[in-house]
Amino acid sequence: MKVPVSITVNGKQYDKMVEPRLLLVYFLREELALTGTHIGCDTSSCGACTIHLDGKALKSCTMLAVQANGKSVTTIEGMANGEELHPLQEGFHMEHGLQCGFCTPGMIMCAADMLKNNPNPSEEEIRHGLEGNFCRCTGYHNIVKSIQYAAKKMA
Amino acid sequence: MVPSKFAYHKPSTIKEAIELLTTHGDDSKILSGGHSLVPVLKLRLNDPEHIIDVSGIESMGGIRDNEKSITIGANSTHGEIAKNAALKEHAPMIALAASMIGDIQVRNFGTIGGSIAHADPAADWPAVLLAADANIVLTHAGGQREVDIDQFFKGLFMTAMGEEEIITAIRIPKTPFNKNSTYVKFPQPASRFALVGCAAAIANSDGYITEARVAFSGVSATPFRDSNVEKSLKGSVLNEDAIATATASVADDVSIMSDHFAAKKYRKHMAGVYARKALSALA
Repeated sequence: MKVPVSITVNGKQYDKMVEPRLLLVYFLREELALTGTHIGCDTSSCGACTIHLDGKALKSCTMLAVQANGKSVTTIEGMANGEELHPLQEGFHMEHGLQCGFCTPGMIMCAADMLKNNPNPSEEEIRHGLEGNFCRCTGYHNIVKSIQYAAKKMA
Repeated sequence: MVPSKFAYHKPSTIKEAIELLTTHGDDSKILSGGHSLVPVLKLRLNDPEHIIDVSGIESMGGIRDNEKSITIGANSTHGEIAKNAALKEHAPMIALAASMIGDIQVRNFGTIGGSIAHADPAADWPAVLLAADANIVLTHAGGQREVDIDQFFKGLFMTAMGEEEIITAIRIPKTPFNKNSTYVKFPQPASRFALVGCAAAIANSDGYITEARVAFSGVSATPFRDSNVEKSLKGSVLNEDAIATATASVADDVSIMSDHFAAKKYRKHMAGVYARKALSALA
């Protein structure tokens, strides 16, 4: 039986009827067509599905949409301010922080949480902070540089 | 992966949650952060007909610094526990283990109550809670009971919880051994679960060990304290020789897990290595 949920996504409130078993990532991708949030491993290891729930990074494959009822979600689509890229998006562009790009939205959402709690992380802290996000192209070196670029810009 | 169908309930009090649990019995499961349960539902290892979401129950949240103990509400996230000043001061291994669970995302939403109810033997909580001499507060329709942690973990994904009970809090006593405690782990690199996790808590008097608690996650299907190591340490001075003697035969009396990540012999060897790391950090 479907139940009503009211979830604010990127500043806009959505009232929908959903099955309780619907995962938040499918709510975003299939109900709202926000396909920037990717599904990688589907087992809460790879971090490709990372979004923010009430400002905290979350693997959206590991939460039911009903758990997000009444809460506020930010996805990669909500990071830029109009045409102006978020400093992390700009960092990944400037420092070539992606190869295939599949992990990028999750990397950016995780890095945004990391920088919020630690605005000036060391290289080691960045690498440690990304332990829940996998890049199968193994492009970690430039991902770290992209986050350092953003940290500098946001300082 | 898609879970089986279920009905979703979100009570706002413990009483309401227990009424739901009593009504639906073993067709129901408690959900807190969901970071153990949702993966289980997705893999269809369990297919309850009713999910009771307790995350909105305020009295199950927060960490209270009492005179003789610290009470961690079952809905506290690993991230909250990692940052808690009272735990850092009185039981550093608890905050340290919390900071090593999973990753930023998992620590933001996974809860201590959910994790220990799930009782994955490779989770970080069992080792530190055993070493800490924690008590698990279980609430049922008739009231509350506290279970000593030594009686709580019964086997692979098995605990002493009754079917109509909810973990509402975890109590950590303020003791000299908890004040002088640490946790180290050898993580599986993708999942961050412990191939070996070792918690050590040591109380000294005039330089001699008066109480030693050394516990392991990840090594056996039931998390355990190693009484051989503890006995060997008691009465000695914590130095290189005492550590070498005490850890010469770690995990001798338990059945050791074996899987494609770590075979039995390797796991047992690494349990010794990590016991030495933990104890050396306290020496």
